[in-house]
Amino acid sequence: MLELRPIFDAIGEFLNSILPEFWVTIVSAFGTGAIILGVASVFVLFFVWWERKVSAHMQQRYGPMRTGWHGWLQTIADGVKLLQKEDLIPRDADKLVYLFAPVVCFVAAFLAYVTIPFGEGLIVQDLNIGILYIIAITTFTVVSLLMAGWASHNKWSLLGGMRSAAQIISYEVPLSLSLIGVIMIAETLSMVSIVVQQEGWFWNWYVFRQPLGFIVYYIAATAEANRTPFDIPEAEQELVAGYNVEYSGMKWAMFFFAEYINMLTISAIAVTLFFGGWHAPAPFLDFIPSWIWFVGKCLLSVFVLMWFRWTYPRVRVDQLMAFAWKFMLPLAFVNIILTGFGIYLF
Amino acid sequence: MPDRFAGRLTALEMFGNYAYTGIWLLIGVGFVLVTFWFASLIRPQRPNPTKLENYECGEMPLSASYLQFNVKYYIFALIFVIFDVEVVFLFPWAVVYNSLGLFALIEMLVFLLILIFGLAYAWKKGALQWV
Repeated sequence: MLELRPIFDAIGEFLNSILPEFWVTIVSAFGTGAIILGVASVFVLFFVWWERKVSAHMQQRYGPMRTGWHGWLQTIADGVKLLQKEDLIPRDADKLVYLFAPVVCFVAAFLAYVTIPFGEGLIVQDLNIGILYIIAITTFTVVSLLMAGWASHNKWSLLGGMRSAAQIISYEVPLSLSLIGVIMIAETLSMVSIVVQQEGWFWNWYVFRQPLGFIVYYIAATAEANRTPFDIPEAEQELVAGYNVEYSGMKWAMFFFAEYINMLTISAIAVTLFFGGWHAPAPFLDFIPSWIWFVGKCLLSVFVLMWFRWTYPRVRVDQLMAFAWKFMLPLAFVNIILTGFGIYLF
Repeated sequence: MPDRFAGRLTALEMFGNYAYTGIWLLIGVGFVLVTFWFASLIRPQRPNPTKLENYECGEMPLSASYLQFNVKYYIFALIFVIFDVEVVFLFPWAVVYNSLGLFALIEMLVFLLILIFGLAYAWKKGALQWV
């Protein structure tokens, strides 16, 4: 009834009837790109407001209250303000790299959406290496943080950029390894096939067959997204603001745009691989459209990430690295070995 | 034994799949650059020498910022390269694991033991110690 798929199918059929195949690909790529860009922007606007409200209420404050009903216009007002901010480029900065760091950061976050299934049939391209592609693309964030840290010609930025790189590459290994268990059960890398296999009641979700894998994934993903308790790169009390000290105006805004998009991305991966994607927890709840289930689960996961942020204190940088290499990595290996035996024996 | 090449794509299908990635790359870069350009039309631009100094807690910057930093970053980057390449090898193995049976299990154990041995070696050598 409220499924969005027939609409897109109709548009696709219409395009096929008036254009040759090559141009259909081009037009639909631009069309879907524009749609996802719009959807992602709305999500980011909402997340920024939501994070401020969640943090406020967890600390018994109100948060933004004056722009619109309970401050819902606050993010838009902030965006307008950032658009009008003077854009300072330090005299000694490497100008070209300085300009392109936020571009790389945003593109790395945005390109992951090529293969995220928002609902039944609501996927832009079901790549057959889906999950590997997402991991590969989102890792480009490291490059952008290094670019930003290095090009700013600022000591805080440089330290922040190096720390970010060290942190993200350290958690990259357990993150990739934690997904191997799901792939071994699913025997595919395609996001759609993984979701289809989790149909039916909620106990078919892979989180119940891969609990250890899910825990490793979620912790590593929190670190990948630079979220507290792993926000060492931005540690305000020691590094001012990390890699983005010298950034202002829209360039600064792009880094945060990308960070909030990444929050949605890691939630979407968690939902797709471990929580049944667009499927309802029980078959009789199928009358609710699939995309509502998917977005609902994603929002719940994003809320948990915010909850983490306002509950846990920040870990120290040596604790952070030791945790990745001496705890998470062995745990991920154990998970793979257990899964291997499990599949062979059962 | 299932036909492992059944799902193989033709060159044209491959283009159809990845054309999206390429075009989205253009959209992403274009979106950010157009936003910067639009902001440059409406924002003030009044630089002065003090404003363009690097931020160092409000003091005058003391020296060039490309200072020496800990060699540990380099060591962690090296360990990362080793492990990440091995993770890439695990992905295709994980996809076909179920159809290979006992052979895959033993292969996996040998491969993972080599990895774990490498980790233990790095650990013992103190490469994982962050000071």
